[in-house]
Amino acid sequence: MHWGVVVFPGSCDEQDVHDCLKNVLGQRVEFLWHKDRLNGDFDCVVLPGGFSYGDYLRAGAMARFSPIMQGVIDFAHNGGLVLGICNGFQILCQSGLLPGALTRNTHLQFICRQVYLRLEETETPFTCAGKKGQLLRLPVKHGEGCYYADPATLERLRKNRQILLRYVDNKGKTSEPANPNGSLDHIAGVCNEGRNVFGLMPHPEDAGEKILGSEDGLKIFSSIIEACGHREQKAWPS
Amino acid sequence: MAQLRTKESSPSALSAETIASHGLTEEEYRKIVKLLEREPNYTELGVFSVMWSEHCSYKSSKNHLKLLPTEGSAVLQGPGENAGIVDIGDGLAAVFKIESHNHPSFIEPYQGAATGVGGILRDIFTMGARPIASLNSLRFGSLDHPRTRYLLNGVVAGIGGYGNCVGVPTVGGEVYFDECYNANILVNAFTLGIAKKERIFKGTAKGAGNSLIYVGAKTGRDGIHGATMASEAFSQKKEQRRPTVQVGDPFTEKLLLEACLELMEKDYLVGIQDMGAAGLTSSSAEMAGRGGTGVELDLACVPLRETGMTPYEILLSESQERMLLVIREGSEEEAKRIFERWDLDGAVVGKVTNDRLFRASFNGEEVVRIPIAALTAEAPVYNRPAERPQNQEEIQKLDLSKVDVPKDLGATLKTLLDSPNVASKCWVYRQYDHFVRSNTVVAPGADAAVIRIKGTQKGLGLTVDGNSRYCYLDPYVGGILAVAEAARNLACVGAHPLGLTDCLNFGSPENPSVMWQFSEIIHGMRDSCVALDVPVVSGNVSFYNETDGAPIFPTPVVGMVGLLPKLERHVTPWFKSPGDLVVLLGRNREELGGSEYLKVVHGLVRGTPPWIDLRLEHAVQQCCLKAIERGMVRSAHDISDGGLAVALAECCVAGPEKSLGVRVELPEMMRQDARLFGESQSRIIVSIKEGDLNRLTGIAEREGVPVQVLGVVGGSRFIIQPLVQLAVNELQSIWSSGLERRLQ
Repeated sequence: MHWGVVVFPGSCDEQDVHDCLKNVLGQRVEFLWHKDRLNGDFDCVVLPGGFSYGDYLRAGAMARFSPIMQGVIDFAHNGGLVLGICNGFQILCQSGLLPGALTRNTHLQFICRQVYLRLEETETPFTCAGKKGQLLRLPVKHGEGCYYADPATLERLRKNRQILLRYVDNKGKTSEPANPNGSLDHIAGVCNEGRNVFGLMPHPEDAGEKILGSEDGLKIFSSIIEACGHREQKAWPS
Repeated sequence: MAQLRTKESSPSALSAETIASHGLTEEEYRKIVKLLEREPNYTELGVFSVMWSEHCSYKSSKNHLKLLPTEGSAVLQGPGENAGIVDIGDGLAAVFKIESHNHPSFIEPYQGAATGVGGILRDIFTMGARPIASLNSLRFGSLDHPRTRYLLNGVVAGIGGYGNCVGVPTVGGEVYFDECYNANILVNAFTLGIAKKERIFKGTAKGAGNSLIYVGAKTGRDGIHGATMASEAFSQKKEQRRPTVQVGDPFTEKLLLEACLELMEKDYLVGIQDMGAAGLTSSSAEMAGRGGTGVELDLACVPLRETGMTPYEILLSESQERMLLVIREGSEEEAKRIFERWDLDGAVVGKVTNDRLFRASFNGEEVVRIPIAALTAEAPVYNRPAERPQNQEEIQKLDLSKVDVPKDLGATLKTLLDSPNVASKCWVYRQYDHFVRSNTVVAPGADAAVIRIKGTQKGLGLTVDGNSRYCYLDPYVGGILAVAEAARNLACVGAHPLGLTDCLNFGSPENPSVMWQFSEIIHGMRDSCVALDVPVVSGNVSFYNETDGAPIFPTPVVGMVGLLPKLERHVTPWFKSPGDLVVLLGRNREELGGSEYLKVVHGLVRGTPPWIDLRLEHAVQQCCLKAIERGMVRSAHDISDGGLAVALAECCVAGPEKSLGVRVELPEMMRQDARLFGESQSRIIVSIKEGDLNRLTGIAEREGVPVQVLGVVGGSRFIIQPLVQLAVNELQSIWSSGLERRLQ
């Protein structure tokens, strides 16, 4: 399948995503420059981690105004798959493609560590290769990863089963110490109602090889690959 | 220095006071007049002041640094460039350097540390290398000192804030606390990059007529005389120095990094250097110095962010995130297009000449005309007087009969694991992104970091190290041990040393005691480098780390890089499985001088540092490396601060997964406290499968290394027969929280 990885000024993880998709999974990957329009037949567009435009105002606040994002928003509205990782998640929230917001970690420090995540839903193109309740070990590294949504939105997320990942301990239980940033309801990743846009704070691209300590990140990318293979036959329940 | 900023005087008006306030001695001023064959004007005085500062000229250290061995089979570039380079095979080169940002970090910790990271990153990508890993060595005062927590918080946030944003992982480092750093903290930043061997760039200006292009952030009034400030001791007025600290912008740095790497794929780039200390002045003068050429600058073309800046200010500004490039004549527009793509300002600010002069004009008027050699090759070099301090003998005296062996040695072990120098530094490194670029194989917390080299089966081991207490007690031995421990740390992960970079942090070179320490340490490092076959490829000297006449302990920090030929064979320090045998490579000796135990438990900083036999040291490292290469080592950990008992405890509790217990026996041969906490050198704890013992003993015999089976991994208790019996979970929680709980 054909992947596009957006490069904003200040993106840091675009190469990691590229290398994981291309070198580990043998995918066709193209970088998309922020000043360009979205052109081409992409199956999935990835917004990588980093500090787009320096993130001096608010994480992701500037990136949504870039020319490429206009195309990405249209692409998403037409059902295209969009994956936002870390800063990409922040940009998706700022662009209105995903509900809620990512605010400063409650402990006010940047946090870099391995976390465990529980796969909450598998009926999405981003998680279909996994099993419900399965644990994934991925790194997080961010200063603004505390997920917040107002009570009504949170209720809707739960009802529509849009919460795809939660921070848990190594036994699969949610707890304060297992939550690295104070996220509401331990939320690590959510999708939109159409189930074609997914944002998560942890970095699957940095956990794609055994030598790096975990291959669990591949679960996300292989789900997408699998989903694209089936797209013609299967519609995702929302 | 504030009063200098706005004053532009005529050539004849330089008073003795003005000259002195530029940090120049009367003798140095006379030398300037002789070199120019006239009096300098005010702007020229400023140029000399920064170029002849200790920070830029190495005038007190140059003669000593010559002693260090700089050649080796892997060395592609030794000291004298922006960074050192070693060959790592596959057509690739590792480019690395360590640099201090001590003075600014004390004055303004966040920005001081952040711009320290920015500066070292530029030194690396300047040479055509993409930075892929950073480390840092930090020294703070006692945690009981009222300012220490503020400084620690600021420095760590600053390093993270900058490095994380630029997308270079911070994969390791060290943090030490000691009263001697109460008024002079140390922030030493190390970065390594990877370049293609045939695409290495140097800071040289060649080819008369070629253009000097300025790119990056606009020039402001920040950091004027930063280099001069870093060449003076602090006094009570240091707080007033805040305006000499620059402000960092990691986003611009990131753009600059990407734009420069893109430009380096073109063939019209002749030379490139970052504008670090002493800004536009040093970058252009040094490039001309190396190229054997001259430069002509038009200061009116320099992009400014403030109005009314004088030539003096433009030349001396240390605004961050700026580079100076030499572009082949006729290709200026092509180069500028790349900068435009990255939204950076690029401007032609001058050209290379063949008159070997440093010339600058402003609005049609020549304001500086100085022979390049006067700023570089002719800069003063001193053989400063050196004298062994009178109390040196006294501090080496240690009467162990007056040091009581603690009754409860388990409690003593707990005290040590809880002490900030031994306890986990997780609170620090979890604020640094150590995963970005997806190369991190061994993250912070091990003896050395390990990163992979994408596209190969190889890896690199990286470490920064130095024990200043040893150096204070015996600088010659301390210098030896600094290099030896760094190499041993690499051996513990399976990396063969390729080269080192050093950051030499000292008090004032005008103090004969400090110069004696400096000279002794250089001699020690040299002997260690020769014995262990590790060349010095780059480095940095930071003098004047003293306040009101009180210098820090002499602190050489060694950053060492090693190669893992087979990455998958890398080893980590923590125990892996119950049943594995715990084996000591090396020999225990009854040594307590300069130990963490004496300091923490008895409040003593005395005695002589541990003895070392460099042949045995080399043999122990070789033995460990060979055993790792043959795949039999499950874990390997160097014994250092806190001795054998602390090292064993770390093997049990420092791993990312569940803690493991251990049961070992230490035969009675010496004082109990020396057995547990003595810091004898050349010792590594390895764990192996039981069946591999004969193979390991065989290697050790061939290398001439004593081997001792200590015990077995397993259970939930930490047992050193007959001295200590504790629950491993308790040790784990003490060690994990020792630093963090003091910061809450």
